[in-house]
Amino acid sequence: MKTAQRVYTALIFILIYAPLAVMILFSFNSTSSTSVFAGLSFKWYRELFSNSDTLEALKNTLLLAFVSSIAATLLGTVTAVGIYRMRSRVTREIIKSVTNIPMMNPDIVTGVSLMLLFVFVGRLLGRTNTLSFWTLLISHITFNLPYVILNVLPKLRQTDRHLHEAALDLGCSPVEAFMKVTLPAIRSGIVSGLLMAFTLSLDDFIISYYTVGADFQTLPLKIYAMTKKTVKPDMYALSSVIFFTILILLMLINMAGMRSDNNSNGSKKSKKKV
Amino acid sequence: MRRWVSVILVTALALCCVMGLASCGGSDEPGIVPEGTYSRDLAGTTINVYNWGEYISDGSDDSLDVNEEFEKLTGIRVNYSMYESNEVMYSKLKSEAVAYDVIIPSDYMIARLLNEDMLRKIDFSKLSNYHYIDPKYRDLYFDPTNEYSVPYNVGMVGIIYNTTMVEGTPDSWSLMWDEKYSDNILTFNNSRDGFATAQFLLGLDVNSTDKATWEQAAEKLKEQSPILQGRVMDEIFNKMENNNAAIAPYYAGDFLTMQEINPDLAFYYPKEGTNIFVDSICVPASSQNYEAAMMYINFLLEPEIALANAEYIRYASPNTAVVNSDDYSLKGNEILYPAAEATVPVEYYHDLDPEIRSYYETLWEDIVRSTT
Repeated sequence: MKTAQRVYTALIFILIYAPLAVMILFSFNSTSSTSVFAGLSFKWYRELFSNSDTLEALKNTLLLAFVSSIAATLLGTVTAVGIYRMRSRVTREIIKSVTNIPMMNPDIVTGVSLMLLFVFVGRLLGRTNTLSFWTLLISHITFNLPYVILNVLPKLRQTDRHLHEAALDLGCSPVEAFMKVTLPAIRSGIVSGLLMAFTLSLDDFIISYYTVGADFQTLPLKIYAMTKKTVKPDMYALSSVIFFTILILLMLINMAGMRSDNNSNGSKKSKKKV
Repeated sequence: MRRWVSVILVTALALCCVMGLASCGGSDEPGIVPEGTYSRDLAGTTINVYNWGEYISDGSDDSLDVNEEFEKLTGIRVNYSMYESNEVMYSKLKSEAVAYDVIIPSDYMIARLLNEDMLRKIDFSKLSNYHYIDPKYRDLYFDPTNEYSVPYNVGMVGIIYNTTMVEGTPDSWSLMWDEKYSDNILTFNNSRDGFATAQFLLGLDVNSTDKATWEQAAEKLKEQSPILQGRVMDEIFNKMENNNAAIAPYYAGDFLTMQEINPDLAFYYPKEGTNIFVDSICVPASSQNYEAAMMYINFLLEPEIALANAEYIRYASPNTAVVNSDDYSLKGNEILYPAAEATVPVEYYHDLDPEIRSYYETLWEDIVRSTT
């Protein structure tokens, strides 16, 4: 039974990581073939870092992911707090469902409808060049928002409602009470929301495809445009770089998370003693 | 708070690295086109260029970065974005949400754009390099008065085969229906090119407006389905390079790329005839920086720039300065530039009316379903 469990786990891991392993291996291939490994070389990495187009697209993708996830996190946290404090249960449930719709919606519907909206508003304002970096940013914030709310709301529900009131009683202004009491309690929800928003924005292809303008090309769009000719192995090199960056980032975050969990456990214990 | 800070710091660091790298990519070598040939009056403005993916020399593999050269020379910023099919380009343009200044559609799409008044006339008096364009590629059917388009690349469809897997020297489309090579045949995964393989074989008109002939071609294609390995597009590169398939039709220029990796590959233009296409530079009616667009088009026609593009893209160039250049590694290549006596009948695709289009698309869906 034990072996069966191990084999099963191993199988799952192989299925998840084999494609990545193959891609990383072939990013070091000295030719562009994907079946014959002709020899170890850094050719595609050199190529990647000498291609200003690709680096520009990478820079755009990161910039967009960074700005849109931060904006969505700010907006989403404020929204989540607002929803949580709503008096009427019915309106709260309605608002919660409404904010979930964009998440359930197929990307293609979100993408097309956003594009139509932008074009429509653009026409009203008499503009012919509506789609740009800004429309792309608005779209990304829009589809990131529900994920942030989804991550922050449960954390709010776990906190004690009366803590905030107690802070007010003890002389905090509402803003201070939020910053000093509520925010630390929901911080982990905010961080996971931010990370989720960041990765979603990084990957997104379909929504960007419809809302992108002429001035801003992201990496997924660039790779897709290559498919009439051929996707070159410098893209494997790039994907490997991104994979390792994310891996290191996640490891750092988990390590930081473990440390702060230990700290908070420690402080709880000391409170009990008092 | 520490977690927050670490997340932000790491991300910011990553961002800075990438930006640093991107900015140090450029070189300070003297430009290939002498300075002063282009005025810098429009420096500081931007131009939106919309082109096929992998369809310009972009600086990889020690090639020339065409857009960067143009920016250096004129001070005009190039917003370069890419599409993977004419249809995608068309819908983006049609949405009127983005104003492009330069686009590079294929022949039949130019006909459609012209028909719908979506193109602006090109001011040929501004194109001092236009005389390099081979007269044979002027006044083509989609732009009979030669006012709206400047040819960029020319290509023909042919059949690629693996000499270790295919016997003899085939010369006909019928190779793709040969049961001997069952499960080793690939074909196009787009309706127009897919239909054309059967239409040429049967001697039908690829621009037919008669539904019956489309049905006839569809029957022939269904007959082929059981022996196909698959309907693919860019996967053809990998499959042919790695001996995973024996026969595939594709564009001549791309065959040269594949042959470089797999020398066992060979290529021919089927004797029944084949498709020829021209991708031409056009200016959409919505262009907002027309003067800069003219400069950009003229720049693409510069012998050195056109040469860099021809080397990179490996399609046939309509630019006589390139074709006759001794520096051109594909000079006289008999696949890209077949001698007159070696040519087969060629046919351009025309823009068909929407009714025929949706009719053959329905037929095509049926054919694709019969493949599995």
